Amino acid sequence: MSVQTSSATSRAAAAAPARPVRRGAPWTPYAFLAPYLLLFVVFVAVPAVFGLWISLHNWDYLIDNSPFVGLENYTRLFDRDSLAAGDFWQSMRATGIFTLYSVPPLVAIPLAVAVLLNRSFRGRTFFRAVFFAPYVLGIAVIGVLFGFILDPNIGLLNDYLGRLGIARNIPWTTSVPEAWISLVSVTVWWTLGFNAVIYLAGLQDIPRELYEAASVDGANSWQRFWHITLPGLRRVLVFVITITVLASANMFGQSYLITHGGPGSETRVAIMFIAEEGLGNFRMGSAAAMSYVLMFFLVVLATGMFAMFRRWED
Amino acid sequence: MATNPGTGSRTGRAARGGVAALSAVLLVAACSGGGGPRAAQEAEESAAPLAATYEGPEVTLQFWNGFTGADGPFMQSLVDEFNTEHDNITVAMESQAWAEYYESVPAAVSTGNGPHIGAMHVDQVATYAARNVLSSVDDVAEVLALEEDAFAPAVWQAGLYDDRRYSVPLDVHPIGFFYNRTLMEQAGLDPENPPQDRESYEAALDAFQEAGIQGHWVSPYAPGARMFESLAKQFGAELYSEDGEQATWDSPEALEALEWMLGLVEEGHSPPDVANPAEAIAFQNGENPFYWGGIWMINTFAPETDLDWGVAPLPVIGEEQAVFAGSHQLVLLERQEWTPDERQASAVFIDWVVDNSLGWAEGGQVPAAAEVRESPEFAALPHVPVFASELEDTFFPPSLPGIAESQTILWTALNEVLLGDRDPQEALEESARAANEALERSREQFATAE
Repeated sequence: MSVQTSSATSRAAAAAPARPVRRGAPWTPYAFLAPYLLLFVVFVAVPAVFGLWISLHNWDYLIDNSPFVGLENYTRLFDRDSLAAGDFWQSMRATGIFTLYSVPPLVAIPLAVAVLLNRSFRGRTFFRAVFFAPYVLGIAVIGVLFGFILDPNIGLLNDYLGRLGIARNIPWTTSVPEAWISLVSVTVWWTLGFNAVIYLAGLQDIPRELYEAASVDGANSWQRFWHITLPGLRRVLVFVITITVLASANMFGQSYLITHGGPGSETRVAIMFIAEEGLGNFRMGSAAAMSYVLMFFLVVLATGMFAMFRRWED
Repeated sequence: MATNPGTGSRTGRAARGGVAALSAVLLVAACSGGGGPRAAQEAEESAAPLAATYEGPEVTLQFWNGFTGADGPFMQSLVDEFNTEHDNITVAMESQAWAEYYESVPAAVSTGNGPHIGAMHVDQVATYAARNVLSSVDDVAEVLALEEDAFAPAVWQAGLYDDRRYSVPLDVHPIGFFYNRTLMEQAGLDPENPPQDRESYEAALDAFQEAGIQGHWVSPYAPGARMFESLAKQFGAELYSEDGEQATWDSPEALEALEWMLGLVEEGHSPPDVANPAEAIAFQNGENPFYWGGIWMINTFAPETDLDWGVAPLPVIGEEQAVFAGSHQLVLLERQEWTPDERQASAVFIDWVVDNSLGWAEGGQVPAAAEVRESPEFAALPHVPVFASELEDTFFPPSLPGIAESQTILWTALNEVLLGDRDPQEALEESARAANEALERSREQFATAE
């Protein structure tokens, strides 16, 4: 900002001293925003509003007659006798369980990794790449890979555990809670690098002098972490927690490919169920209503988190 | 349904196609609600009747399907052969995984960018016909003089929806009984005589057990569900009422079938917690001696030179033989405009592929056309003819729109039972109730289709 102003000023000074400083047309900022705004409107805003309209109908884009049903798609979800409603809430529960179990490790472990990778040691760049590498892989690759590793009878993991005499035939993908442990572990391994990179960027913004001063004052490394690193990362931490909660609540591929939603429908998460309802059973109105219920929960959660963080910042 | 399928609406659809190409599924939905491709078809029907051959100018047809596995190259070489034989018709084939195919075809059709010809599973035909994705092939069937006699009856019937024909059967793919000769010998069994009834099957499993081999890995996923459906029918259960409108697998016969399957796990003939597709991989690795799998597995096992395997019809565990099967059917898609030339050329292609489905049989499928199935060339193929012998005992899920949902409900319940998480009787009863609720909703959903 300051650079811009000073160069503008100097140019103005060189030309004619009396002329007012040129700051561009009033619409300039909007012109810069326009490309993103256009994409946002077309791909987010319009579908979001249009989805509400869909959710009030028994909608199928291929069938001419999509009757208006009012709030029926919503009230059905709260009908105790409806088996479909039961399935929906079970999938919401599955999403809740996954979020609850995956967020703490996805916030804590990458932080530890980032702190380690921030020290100077030989091969640091190499290890930074190693930790980030899995994130580059697509979910299809992860799914097939871990399908073979975690298979209860012919999988690599159980084979090694058996040879070491630790355990035999643990049902990693066919029983709960083992399936949840698998899904959370796979997700942590897969996306750890992403959060770690964000932490690393945050760590590099903390002034060295603070650590030096603390050392002079005799603070040990734990105290330095607790009183300098953590407060210095406050904003980054808020960001990481928020995106991790949202990413976990939107988990789909892992349980679709590794556990097939099973055993039974224990690990069939909300997004998977909604996709099935809308694209598999062609009940797009009902699926849209479910999406809004899921969104409602996420909005409440996000608002709650922000309120909490604001208090923390004060 | 739009009252005027004329040029005005066509231009509108073209413009909408442009928007849709840019935008998300929801927007596609937004823009193509009205009109409907069926309007175009009805305008087309007044056109001149089709001929059995095509003499017109050069025409290119798009043929989409989901043959991405070992079957893909077989279909591609059939298409290549067709193109060589026909100077004025070029068929361009495009394959994507079935799951994506079933999502992208309706979207493409609704924006007017769909293919001419497609392949579909028999239990999907009614659903996509109800959803205005398919163009009735009554005209094609008439010109080609296609008759029920020329096909396996079950597959021919399945192509009808609302008194109109929407598909021409290409193949039948039943499940069969794969066995490992080496392991049978190890257990002191005759490797040339795989068991074919309940008594000998159970005796064979006991022999495996004594030899320290788990005789039949039971899958709690799709392969196991196909096995259950076969067994239930063998024990005399009907999975659906005759009109297909009620799920009826909460019967004592179905329970008996499920308990027999569960018994295999409980008595240790199968390891517990068989994930998908561990039982097939174990068979391929020479660990699992008996495997009830689809005919398409032939091409997976054939290259395994260390594996000495054979395949037989399913053993009859219940009262009488019954075999779960699927079928690929050729369909024509709705288009903005079907020119008479395209229509004619498509009929020629379908006719040619059905007549030449021997090449397809090599890919691990039983041809639906009786003439091909009864030819000496077919009888000479390895393994495939075994499955043809099962043909008169095969059955399919009913051809009703939305049937896939109740199948999913049943298969999920089976998964829970076979993983030992749920009581079989309770699971069958609950899932039948849930499926009936789903079928009821489907009836409402598709009742508005016409």
